[in-house]
Amino acid sequence: MIPELGNFFLIMAFINAILLGTLPFYGAQTNHKGLIQFAHKASTSIFLLMLASFVCLTISFIQNDFSVAYVANHSNTQLPIYYRISAVWGSHEGSLLLWVLILAGWIFAVSKFSKSLPDTMIARVLGVMGLIAVGFVSFTLFTSNPFERALPFIPIDGADLNPLLQDFGLIVHPPMLYMGYVGFSVVFAFAIAGLLQGELDYKWAKWSRPWTTVAWIFMTLGIALGSWWAYYELGWGGWWFWDPVENASFLPWLAGTALIHSLAATEKRAAFKSWTVLLAILTFSLSLLGTFLVRSGVLTSVHAFANDPVRGKFILMFLAIVVGASLILYAIQSSKVRSKSDYTLVSREIALLFNNALLAVSTFVVLLGTLHPLIVEAFTDGKSSVGPPYFNLMFSVFFIPILLLMPLGQQISWKKDDLPALLKKYVWWFLSCIFLGLLLTFGLNGFTFTDIEPMAILGTILGLWVIAGTVKYIQLQSAKSQSRLAGVRKISRSYWGMILAHIGVAVTTLGVVLTSYYSIEKDIRIEIGETVEVEGLSVHFKDFKNIQGPNYIASKAIFDVTKDDDFIAQLKPEKRRYNASQMVMTEAAIDPGLFRDVYIAMGEPLDNSAWAIRVYYKPFVRWIWLGAIFMALGGILAMTDKRYREKKLKKKASQEANTNGQ
Amino acid sequence: MANKKVIITSIPIVIFTALVVVFWFSLGNDPTELPSQRIGKEVPEFRLSNLHNAEEFFTNQDLPKKPFLLNVWATWCVSCHVEHPYLVKFANQYPIPIIGLNYKDERVDALKYLQKGGDPYLFSIADEDGTMGIDLGVYGAPETFLVDGNGVIHHRYVGVIDNRVWNTIILPKMKELDPNLEQLEAAE
Amino acid sequence: MKKLIVIVCALMMAQLAQAVIETYEFDNEAQEQLYYEIINELRCPKCQNQTIADSDAPLSRDLRFIVQQKIKAGETKRQILAYMQERYGDFVLYDPPLQPANYILWFSPLVIFLVILAIVVARVGRRKVTLEGESNRANQEKGE
Repeated sequence: MIPELGNFFLIMAFINAILLGTLPFYGAQTNHKGLIQFAHKASTSIFLLMLASFVCLTISFIQNDFSVAYVANHSNTQLPIYYRISAVWGSHEGSLLLWVLILAGWIFAVSKFSKSLPDTMIARVLGVMGLIAVGFVSFTLFTSNPFERALPFIPIDGADLNPLLQDFGLIVHPPMLYMGYVGFSVVFAFAIAGLLQGELDYKWAKWSRPWTTVAWIFMTLGIALGSWWAYYELGWGGWWFWDPVENASFLPWLAGTALIHSLAATEKRAAFKSWTVLLAILTFSLSLLGTFLVRSGVLTSVHAFANDPVRGKFILMFLAIVVGASLILYAIQSSKVRSKSDYTLVSREIALLFNNALLAVSTFVVLLGTLHPLIVEAFTDGKSSVGPPYFNLMFSVFFIPILLLMPLGQQISWKKDDLPALLKKYVWWFLSCIFLGLLLTFGLNGFTFTDIEPMAILGTILGLWVIAGTVKYIQLQSAKSQSRLAGVRKISRSYWGMILAHIGVAVTTLGVVLTSYYSIEKDIRIEIGETVEVEGLSVHFKDFKNIQGPNYIASKAIFDVTKDDDFIAQLKPEKRRYNASQMVMTEAAIDPGLFRDVYIAMGEPLDNSAWAIRVYYKPFVRWIWLGAIFMALGGILAMTDKRYREKKLKKKASQEANTNGQ
Repeated sequence: MANKKVIITSIPIVIFTALVVVFWFSLGNDPTELPSQRIGKEVPEFRLSNLHNAEEFFTNQDLPKKPFLLNVWATWCVSCHVEHPYLVKFANQYPIPIIGLNYKDERVDALKYLQKGGDPYLFSIADEDGTMGIDLGVYGAPETFLVDGNGVIHHRYVGVIDNRVWNTIILPKMKELDPNLEQLEAAE
Repeated sequence: MKKLIVIVCALMMAQLAQAVIETYEFDNEAQEQLYYEIINELRCPKCQNQTIADSDAPLSRDLRFIVQQKIKAGETKRQILAYMQERYGDFVLYDPPLQPANYILWFSPLVIFLVILAIVVARVGRRKVTLEGESNRANQEKGE
């Protein structure tokens, strides 16, 4: 009964989406108040319907209703209740339902928080989002319905959730990521509505900025969580593999980052209007492309869903319609847009332009590398692979200038600035960073000159340089007022957001570079009671036992790790066999630290009660995710800046006030 | 001026259309299938023992002087068990020699298996440590190579050969290699 | 068929979940480094998207063994990669070789960037802008 109810709600949501995707456009065209009001009502109801549908699937999981095929394939009576709930989005069908729920949530939020916008604009925005919902709800309903019954043969027990996914990381990672992916549909809808309206002034940029930032925050956290999950769960000690599925999330993030910057230029200076609109379209298109790549099976990935070509065709058609129509609309309408161009080569506009060009080319690198195997296959009869060696090199080529220019970009003035004067302010800071960077990498190298890694040194210097740049920025800003403190207070919240996000980039960069070049990885053979030296660490195999988990049995080893007779940590890695699937999983044990992780994963049992184990020493690895948290916090500061809050209070009056001086 | 701008703003849609076309044709493809690097080249040089007699060795000289099939299999390979009865049938029905390459297997197990399920092979090569398999670029048994009388590889099929595969792929290609096979009819 | 797909995927995931841990011995540290470098650049022909270092498939194990043997025999990275490429094609190379089919891959990002750079310099560089007094400084202080 409950699954049927869920299905019913889904069908109702589909009808609702169709109405939301059509009537408001007509209402906006004819300025029909009733139809515009309808957009708001339909936004609320689609959210409630999707929520109800999602709750129905969750209940089916909690009740172990194995007559539902999706539940039977991804759950099990032994599965703890919290994993039964997270199993709802553990595979294709349910995750798609979550996707649509989140989309409906964004629609609802836009309708609730955009009361100050002109009626026709908001009607069109909601209409565009309604159309996107039509596509995704029908995709769920017609190709991937999670409520399908496994009749007439109802299994006694379910096939279990993939053990890899029985983990806290998986509970939170997909919802976060989907919040980001889908969140970019808001700025997309604003851009399309603007194109339809023929009004692409700074206002649309102003309205869509906070939405873009929110989506970007979720995306940042989602990607970081995914990386962290891979790090501790897969047992390879890796945190990024340039796998197509990872790239699929990285692409909209990169484009979204570029978008945040170009929206700033468009809002403040009415510059790059046409480009910003295109970028808004591209960012969401890359979200859709990611969905296509992950769910169609055109690329091989370790994370891909079990897929069938029918689904691939459906999403591809949807992608072609949405993106194709938007780009055609863009081609026709944006040629009429005129951007202001009263800036010179040395100006913040150009700094942002460079930022965008570099980020866009970086996005292109990732996109090209991801799709290259498909292109090669389409035009030749060979096969090709593109992996970390390509991505690391090419990505660095364009990311190094981004880091190099970031501190200057923060400081440079709009329209025109004096480059030599600007550089002069920074020259000592830059030299200090070089010195510090050399010193730090020299230290990490054990104070020797052997095996010097130029890229590690460069990356460290640049990371320090970005941090130094923000400090210098605060110093310069504060110097403008009578007292330092007053000056610091004058920096607006959105600028603090920028500063924090840029520090985040630096912290992540340092983490990536230092972990990549100074990690120690060693596979060793060790017997119980034995102590093995691994590059300065002594690993002592203290004890070994078999334990019983809720739905698995495990071998658990206990290691004491010491360094120069100082006790560092006791690590208890496990090797688990899950009862239902009989899958064997490695549970790595990690001793986390701000400056280093010690990480042990168990391999195979060898002869004489010996085991093959892998020991990692990973300096600064936490900084990778710490930086992402900074970036997200920066985003939160930026979006809660008072001018957005003011707008709510003063509504339209303040919009006009804000135009002054821009 | 406006015209020029439309051309510029149309660039994205052009690129996007091209991408969609590529995607469309990629959809049916199996991304895990790997083309063989040995097509048009001779069977790599080998000197491996007879599966039935560890003392006796085969080399390239022992390969048939007419077109034949080289079938890579093992007892640990589940799909090979599916394929085996078909091979036995085809070996009986068609004058096409099939050479077995027993890949990374236990000799005893393999012999037992052939005794029970029938031996479709003209002769069997034992590739115990898998060197020949790797030289051939084998990545998933069963794999079957179509080789001409001069020992040159013309085609590789990865996966189970059943009636459909035999009739639509293997037989037509063997007929191209050997005109004498022209009269042969499809298997049922 | 669907069931089969599920099983196959479960098997793949099983491979993925296994950390590959072996204890090969090398003559010196340079050899060991080279070993890790090479196995992290070779793609397992059998698996989804994994290096032979990360994959626990039997074929990956064989290939790792071959790499180890060849390193001990003193072969260079180039020779070992060529050996693999000869047998499994470009597919196994995660570092796409610099050949005409890959020129777009390696050079187009840089070309595109240089074109953007050239256009910007050509168009903006010619511009003469008069500053409207202090307004833009003030603007900046106000913050975004």
